[in-house]
Amino acid sequence: MTTTLPIDQMIDTARGTISREIFVSPEFHREELEKLFTRAWLFVGHESQIPKPGDFFVSRMGEESVILCRDTQGSVHVFLNSCRHRGMKVCRYESGNTSLFVCPYHSWSYTTDGKLQGVPLYRVLYEGQLDRNEWSLIEVPKLHVYKGTVWASWDAGAPDFMTYLGDAVDHLDQVLDCRDGRPGGSELIGMHKWVLPANWKFAAENFLGDTYHNPSHRSVDMIGIGPSARAGQSGRRDNEYNKGQHVWASFPAGHGVHSVWMPEDFDYQPSYAQYPIVDEYFRHCFYERKKRQGDKARIMPFTGNLFPNTSYHGRQPRGLCVWHPHGATETEAWRFFLVDADAPAEVKDVLRRFYMRYSGPAGMTEQDDMENWLYATKSSTGTIARRYPFNYQQSMGAYKHNDPIPGDVSTQITEQNARNYYQVYARYLKGEGWDSLLGTGETKQQAAE
Amino acid sequence: MSRFALKQEIEDFLYMEADLLDQREFRAWLDLLAEDLVYFMPIRRNVKFGQHAEKENTKQGEGISWFDEDKWTLGKRVEQILTGVHYAEEPLSRVTHMVSNVRLLEVTPSAEDPVEVVVGCRFLVYQNRVEYESNTFIGRRTDTLRRNGDSWLIARRELILEQNILLAKNLSILF
Repeated sequence: MTTTLPIDQMIDTARGTISREIFVSPEFHREELEKLFTRAWLFVGHESQIPKPGDFFVSRMGEESVILCRDTQGSVHVFLNSCRHRGMKVCRYESGNTSLFVCPYHSWSYTTDGKLQGVPLYRVLYEGQLDRNEWSLIEVPKLHVYKGTVWASWDAGAPDFMTYLGDAVDHLDQVLDCRDGRPGGSELIGMHKWVLPANWKFAAENFLGDTYHNPSHRSVDMIGIGPSARAGQSGRRDNEYNKGQHVWASFPAGHGVHSVWMPEDFDYQPSYAQYPIVDEYFRHCFYERKKRQGDKARIMPFTGNLFPNTSYHGRQPRGLCVWHPHGATETEAWRFFLVDADAPAEVKDVLRRFYMRYSGPAGMTEQDDMENWLYATKSSTGTIARRYPFNYQQSMGAYKHNDPIPGDVSTQITEQNARNYYQVYARYLKGEGWDSLLGTGETKQQAAE
Repeated sequence: MSRFALKQEIEDFLYMEADLLDQREFRAWLDLLAEDLVYFMPIRRNVKFGQHAEKENTKQGEGISWFDEDKWTLGKRVEQILTGVHYAEEPLSRVTHMVSNVRLLEVTPSAEDPVEVVVGCRFLVYQNRVEYESNTFIGRRTDTLRRNGDSWLIARRELILEQNILLAKNLSILF
């Protein structure tokens, strides 16, 4: 399917300009739902939300409700939350355990593997017409569980998730792996859901590597809300990375991260002052991780965004956030907070308290983000405003390839991650094939220093 | 003191407290909080009939709620507003706190000599921000008040907001 929108004029990453239309116009919003959210891999939930057979968690892909469910045999599924008969949501609880999803409207019922089981008055009204096997809940054709996180795509032709993730995996691992370097082992400690009147891409871009917005968080940095703030330390986090080289890396499939490349001999920086048990836990984990991961342990995370709308905080705080489109100028945000499943209770308690005061609508840091995204969206809706594009010319060309880590890597604050992201975004909207969407069909342009 | 007079006194205290917030006397408001304050606003969930008591609200002391914090954290919130660069509250929101349906739920040890009072009420908080932004927060509140000379200290505040997905972009005001 081709588009009538002048995508290349509106998204001119070579010049570093992007039209405001993509952040406010209902046309772009519709195109995104049709061409992007039906194809890209999207984050759906965490396995720790559905540990037992019959457990379900109602999630969301794009603007549509889906059910993440573990069937009675233990397999994980993602279904569209809509009855095949007249479309009613078959589940309106947020989570739980069930053997059947019974539609409230006409009582069609579905088993936990999605099969249509109960059709009232079947013999009298449907015998010989309705083949129950053909009317299962609509299921995603592609699903992948990676270190506890569940991802899905509506495109049967999509590449497998690990190919899609590419070299961004080393950064996502910093969120999902145990702090002591064992693979996986995270658990969900809680969630936030809220709506904000801003286009979802402002949020995604914020996490993608927009470190330039740091001054907007001056208030928390002044007063100190970090894990060591009770000991009088300013800032919103501990200074874990003060000897590291900040890196901004972008990847051909559209992902972007802000991480830190630590020096070879980097050592533990005391943190969580006033919480000796927590400090000791992270100290222990630090040395274990170095032992287990060797050179890989030199990567430490700040933030990132996996194309298109799953962002993360890697460490302080730690979790995933999905920015669901909710109309052209509204976003529904779902945050998934993570801790090591086997961390001591006191560690989890100190972390959850820090997460709450940092993140989301009640979080002292992110409140200021929400204010910016709202008014940036609002003041871009005007007729005159929409004639003038946004500027994306920061650190043009200032990146190298695979140095010191894989990807297009900048060692200065850059909008390269965003330029790359919108380049990939444009390809989805133009309906291009997966070779193009993964960036494998092109010659990599090497950096001009 | 009669129970009636006590209720009158408690209501006056709650209205005075609301007024401090609405008049933006944030530091004076902090002075009304006990050092061991618990300030809690759970997240509400859509659960099956029969599971409400167990599962509807997130729990104090575990997991993630909208607020599950102490006086130090609330002090930080005030400090942040007073920096003048907390953009979510700069310029300051216009806020009115309404308190109604006030009931004394527990009086310890007695209405004649009350040391601690658990008081239930409804709250309706209206926020208007910059130009067109407005939010209405409605819910049930349970406070534990502790006698402090002629006045009271808030030792515990539980706010049951009647929303599932938060319909406001921020909870940048004090409740």
